[in-house]
Amino acid sequence: MADLFDIQLLHMTLRTVVPVLLAALGGALCERAGLFNVALEGMMLAGAFGAVVGSFFLGGAGWGVLAAIAAATAIGLILAVLSLNLRANEIVVGISLNLLVVGLTTFLMRVVLGATGTFHHPDLQGLPQWSPEWLQAVPVLGRLLSGHTPVVWAAYLAVPILTYFLFQTTIGLRLRAVGEHARAAQTLAVNPLRMQYLAVVLAGVLTGLAGAQLSLGQVRIFQENMTAGRGFIALVAVIFGRAHPTGVLLASLLFGLIDALGIRLQGVGLPSQVTGLLPFVVTLLTLVALRGRGLNRQGTA
Amino acid sequence: MSRAPAIAATGLVKVYPGGVVANDGVSLRVEPGSIHAVVGENGAGKTTLMNLLYGMEQPTAGEIRIHGEPVAFRSPHDAIARGVGMVHQHFMLFPSLTVAENIVLGREPHRFGRLDRREAAARVADLAERHRLPIDPLARVGDLPVGLQQRVEILKTLYRGAEIIILDEPTAVLTPQESDELLAVMRHLADQGKTILFISHKLAEVLAVSDRITVLRGGRVVGERERAETDMDELATLMVGRLPAPPATFRREPGAPALRVERLWVRGPRGEPAVQGVTFTVRRGEIVGIAGVAGNGQSELIGALTGLVPAAEGRILLDGQDITRLSVRERRAAGMAHIPEDRYRWGSAREASVADTAAMGPHYRPPLSRRGLIDRSAWLRRAAAIVAEYRVRTPGLWARAGALSGGNLQKLVVGRELAGDAHCLIVAEPSRGVDLAAAAFIHDQLLARRERGDAILLVSADLGELMALSDRILVMYEGRIVGEVARDQADERQIGLWMAGADLPAGDPPGDPASAQQGGDAGA
Repeated sequence: MADLFDIQLLHMTLRTVVPVLLAALGGALCERAGLFNVALEGMMLAGAFGAVVGSFFLGGAGWGVLAAIAAATAIGLILAVLSLNLRANEIVVGISLNLLVVGLTTFLMRVVLGATGTFHHPDLQGLPQWSPEWLQAVPVLGRLLSGHTPVVWAAYLAVPILTYFLFQTTIGLRLRAVGEHARAAQTLAVNPLRMQYLAVVLAGVLTGLAGAQLSLGQVRIFQENMTAGRGFIALVAVIFGRAHPTGVLLASLLFGLIDALGIRLQGVGLPSQVTGLLPFVVTLLTLVALRGRGLNRQGTA
Repeated sequence: MSRAPAIAATGLVKVYPGGVVANDGVSLRVEPGSIHAVVGENGAGKTTLMNLLYGMEQPTAGEIRIHGEPVAFRSPHDAIARGVGMVHQHFMLFPSLTVAENIVLGREPHRFGRLDRREAAARVADLAERHRLPIDPLARVGDLPVGLQQRVEILKTLYRGAEIIILDEPTAVLTPQESDELLAVMRHLADQGKTILFISHKLAEVLAVSDRITVLRGGRVVGERERAETDMDELATLMVGRLPAPPATFRREPGAPALRVERLWVRGPRGEPAVQGVTFTVRRGEIVGIAGVAGNGQSELIGALTGLVPAAEGRILLDGQDITRLSVRERRAAGMAHIPEDRYRWGSAREASVADTAAMGPHYRPPLSRRGLIDRSAWLRRAAAIVAEYRVRTPGLWARAGALSGGNLQKLVVGRELAGDAHCLIVAEPSRGVDLAAAAFIHDQLLARRERGDAILLVSADLGELMALSDRILVMYEGRIVGEVARDQADERQIGLWMAGADLPAGDPPGDPASAQQGGDAGA
């Protein structure tokens, strides 16, 4: 069993966890602002598709990242308009958007990229992987930290940055206040909608990066419904991590480790269908264990 | 009289869509540096008037001048900019944030976007010092008692430079001691030159602190008095339009024990022991009142008695039968009725019709249902009878229960619960949000049931209601019964001390068999 855990497993975990982590950070921001964002899955998938389209047609992974952010943010804004301005149920809207994006990306893949099921192309540029020599020279850590895309680095850097943003800045304070008691915030001349839109746009950036990492990171490929439930695992990480960036990071790492372990277990002979279940079973058990432990919230506008 | 009045409202009219006239030509003149009370029954238009003055609503007609200048507030922000602050009855606070964060929010001291917590705490401490409202700026608001949370609300208005502070029913949630403290704070603020306008229907405190008193009834000003030139009787008469009823007289002596609670423990929503070993008895023909500041285990006690929440330990007996593990339906069949404290959450389904609401409870058995089928005409007859007897104002029997006003829905729920032949009534906050006439009617109904020989447990945050109706009053504090007093010895001050957790009897833990003995217990 000892060979299940080694430096490569950790390397893989650090990398595979990134889409979930980024989406969960976005979800945490929304949760803090009082919007339970079920559309993380759809936003991420839109991001993954946007990344491939942007990179392929504009000829660069950087364009891909920008397109990913734009696509994910667009889905987020639809959620915001419908649930914040028009007061539709945010969970119903979120789920509908997830379904919409699956169909839409499948359709657009056929129309725009002329592919069904999976799109890959030798000219499709992926995200660069950083392996600077000075880093590789560091024992152990060097192996652990090199060979990652800039998005991986951005994901981990986002944790302290968002912690600072939420808990040290005035805007962060207002955002949390809106999530806790929107009407009270309103009486203090803090506009709840502005804070919630800010959270949605930031979540768009984060889920967009998540999508880009998924489709242009380790592989360069777009696949129908390639997020495969990661957005929902991110949602659980938001609850599990109590919408705190550090908590979200720990929760995501836990899920990522189990995911990576699952892949390893296939090597030991477990069928992939069983190991593929692992993250979801753990997610379910976590949710059961955490029942009724959301953030306290009252009087949404 | 050289200075302009702080507030001068002339001929304010507010007509809501649907034609309800909430304010009908209200004029009000508040001198700067004074404490001015607005009193009136529920529905007299007090809250509407405050909302107009604070910019939450706009008047249909009339003029408001602040310090002599005409204003047209479009939102509370406009009012705040003019130095008008408001302390809402339901606090507008963020429990997870600190006192300082709550106060500075929206106008935070910062350096390049970074919240300057030290500066915020210093400003709040300074503000608290200047106005003699001591508070810990770094405490989490959710951990503070209600009295201090209210202090945070007052500091919020002061931080925003309020010269005029409106307080909406500020003592409704406070213990008598906290209320006294608040009245002293109001006096101090007025002495510092602030103008205080406060809404209340508690005439004693109004007379204790106000300089001038305006009485509203039916959306009009029916009287305005200097404190020195009026008294409680006159104000009450003005408010109600008639003299208030004297406390009830009891003709009948209590009989055999009906409801018996033995060493009952109940867990609260977070698993904490909310009710801790409570023991008491309610006899037939007796009203036992439970006093206490909201949140001291009353809700959990009611939940356990009525079967909505499981008891953790202890026994509940009805006529000697152990009902601790019985379901709600079985308890009701055994003769229990329940008027819940929250009529929306527990008393009714908002989307159900008035007729359905009136049938809920015994809906499954004759005469309302037969062999599993609903008898609609029986439902309608029952609903019509309750609506007529309790004068429930409703557009019809098929109207949504949620469309009724709070008071009318309460009358419907009370009527339903008293319509059966239950002989053990668990009654919580029966007159909350109900106008005085309806409250008096509900009280009469309860007293009639007492005379009939029913056992009634009455939980209320309104000490006046408890003193008027109860044979005995038990006081709950932090899940225990810390005091008990008979009706003729009831002393508001002593009850207030018990409610605040002061003066706990030493060495003799309440709720034990010894103290239950004096509760007239015959069944142990």
